[in-house]
Amino acid sequence: MTAEVALEAMTVRFGPFTAVDDVSLTVAPGEFFSFLGPSGCGKTTLLRTISGFVEPTSGTLRIGGRDMRGIGPNRRPTALIFQSLALFPLMTVVENVAYGLRVRGHSRAARRARAEALLNVVALGDQGGKRIDQLSGGQKQRVAIARALAVEPEVLLLDEPLSALDLKLRQHMRNELRAIQRRVGITFIYITHDQGEALTMSDRIGVMRGGRLEQVGTGRALYDSPETAFVASFVGEANAMPGVVRDAADGYAVVETAFGSLQGRNPAGMKRGSQAVLFVRPERLLPLSTTPPCCPQNRVRARVADLAYEGQVTHVMCAAEGGRLLAVLGPRDGEPPAPGSDVSLAFTARDAVVLPPATQA
Amino acid sequence: MISVATGHRLLVALPFVLVALIWGWLAFERRLAALPPRAGFFRRNGWPVGIYLILAVALWLLGMVVLPQLFMVELSFRPKLPFNQLGGPRDVYTLENYRYFLFGSPTSTESWNTVHLRAFATTILSAIFIAGFNLLLCYPIAFYMAQGATGARLRLLLLLLIAPYWVNEILRAFAFRVIFASSGLLNTVLLGAGLIAAPIDFIGRDIALFSGLIYAYTLLMVFPLYNALDNVEAAQIEAARDLGAPWWHIHLFVVVPAAKAGIASGCTLVFMLATGALAAPLVLGGPSAMRFTPIVYDRFYQVFNWPQGAAYAFVLLVACLVVVVAGLRLLRLNLTDTAR
Repeated sequence: MTAEVALEAMTVRFGPFTAVDDVSLTVAPGEFFSFLGPSGCGKTTLLRTISGFVEPTSGTLRIGGRDMRGIGPNRRPTALIFQSLALFPLMTVVENVAYGLRVRGHSRAARRARAEALLNVVALGDQGGKRIDQLSGGQKQRVAIARALAVEPEVLLLDEPLSALDLKLRQHMRNELRAIQRRVGITFIYITHDQGEALTMSDRIGVMRGGRLEQVGTGRALYDSPETAFVASFVGEANAMPGVVRDAADGYAVVETAFGSLQGRNPAGMKRGSQAVLFVRPERLLPLSTTPPCCPQNRVRARVADLAYEGQVTHVMCAAEGGRLLAVLGPRDGEPPAPGSDVSLAFTARDAVVLPPATQA
Repeated sequence: MISVATGHRLLVALPFVLVALIWGWLAFERRLAALPPRAGFFRRNGWPVGIYLILAVALWLLGMVVLPQLFMVELSFRPKLPFNQLGGPRDVYTLENYRYFLFGSPTSTESWNTVHLRAFATTILSAIFIAGFNLLLCYPIAFYMAQGATGARLRLLLLLLIAPYWVNEILRAFAFRVIFASSGLLNTVLLGAGLIAAPIDFIGRDIALFSGLIYAYTLLMVFPLYNALDNVEAAQIEAARDLGAPWWHIHLFVVVPAAKAGIASGCTLVFMLATGALAAPLVLGGPSAMRFTPIVYDRFYQVFNWPQGAAYAFVLLVACLVVVVAGLRLLRLNLTDTAR
């Protein structure tokens, strides 16, 4: 069983502080949805509201069409995986997984059978008799998932469960989580401040900032077509060039910046004379020592300040008249220019986006 | 039969033998567990501090706790004699004090000493009851303090809990007498409100005594509990709730097992002190209720039979230890857990 989660004008206030501000969103049944945002953006509060530990100040929450007002966390069709995992240290792995079934009054044999089946799902079939403190970080993670799945939730809520793991394990667990979600087919709502996690696992992502939902979309949509300056700078790296719109026509705008007069897409329909920021992804900036073959309107003269070799890519830090710019070269982009050399940074207008500057959140 | 003089020599040697045995056993266990050798005690602390620590602990434990207790135990096996016959031919080890406790006579074993035995049983059983009742009373308070209360409210609650202890113990006992007497506060209020027709004999029914004792030890129960419950991760309670557990299930199967050591610690403290309570039974005890501690007190200071008093005190001590150890076994804990 899987269920749709619908938030309508959800607001949560703690005294004078507004943690979640007028969020409306529908998560489809069986979807892997991530809330992405910096710490303090209200994403954890939102998750705790969906799980029932926090009552919304206003707005409604429906899970599977049912209004959740007044229904406690123990009676909701959700299961939460805590950031600290919150496994019961005095119980064995099997007892942990079977706890929710014990609460529901299942017989000892039925509990055991179901717990073992779930441990097989998370590839811990032979670890059932162990104590929690005998497990590694990744194994604990999987116990927490099995424990949550045991109660057959329609929606699984995950509160940054990978943040305590080391990098390799985190990347492994991303794939694992995605695979488990496909296998069980229920709705996953995932909270993270790590854009890599959100981008790799999610069907859709909601970017949050200051309690508000800034933009909802697929990872690709957020990365390629950010709708706000915050999304453009928070999801992935971006070179930001602030200035004033000089000209706007046919979905493109020319911005007068400290780097020169540059052209980019204008999805927000910005008018001439308004303050704007032009964003270009580092991998869209091509540092060339010769005259670039393309895009005569978007060229920035700069000097290579430093190179950082990252394995897959090379970061080229450039000092231009208006400030520092970052270009990223892949292995197919040829040799990076030498530090100290003069380059011309070029990009097409399609690869740049002009957005209104971020308001203070 | 060993003579009293030999007995005294054994007595003084015994603590040192015990210390040596315990030290040797610990060293043996370390070797068994293959723990790496630790830096020497003196190297870690320095000579002056090391010597001070050892002397202070030895003086305190051996000189002020172990030796006096051992002398009391030894005394309990000797007859009551006039001063000039001490060390004389009649001063031999005997079981007559224990015989008196059981049979009410130093020599005969015809009839049971029902008065003292009953008082003994009452004392132990009521102390168990008081510890249990105190646990039920203090658990919600401690849980609220540990998991619910924040900053200012926690400090206020602590103050409210501690404030009564600024009042002297005897005064507190008398205050309870004022409340529970047949023409006392409670009866006056109940009579005035028309809830009862005649005054209730709170003191005769031991209600005053139990209330006084339970009240006296709340703090000793609250603090170990608070300490233990404070260490229970709040997310675990939430996780249990999220998995569908009703509140009683969470407490019974998640919180209490995690706080088991604190519960045992609090219960041990309250039980031990309740068996040894002297002032409260004297002030609040009904005419029919005999407690064992006042009886022990009387052996020493009314009957002037110190050996008998020592025997009584030793019986009480052993009984308490048996109850505590049995209780810990029941909870699958050992003694060191209660000190955590």
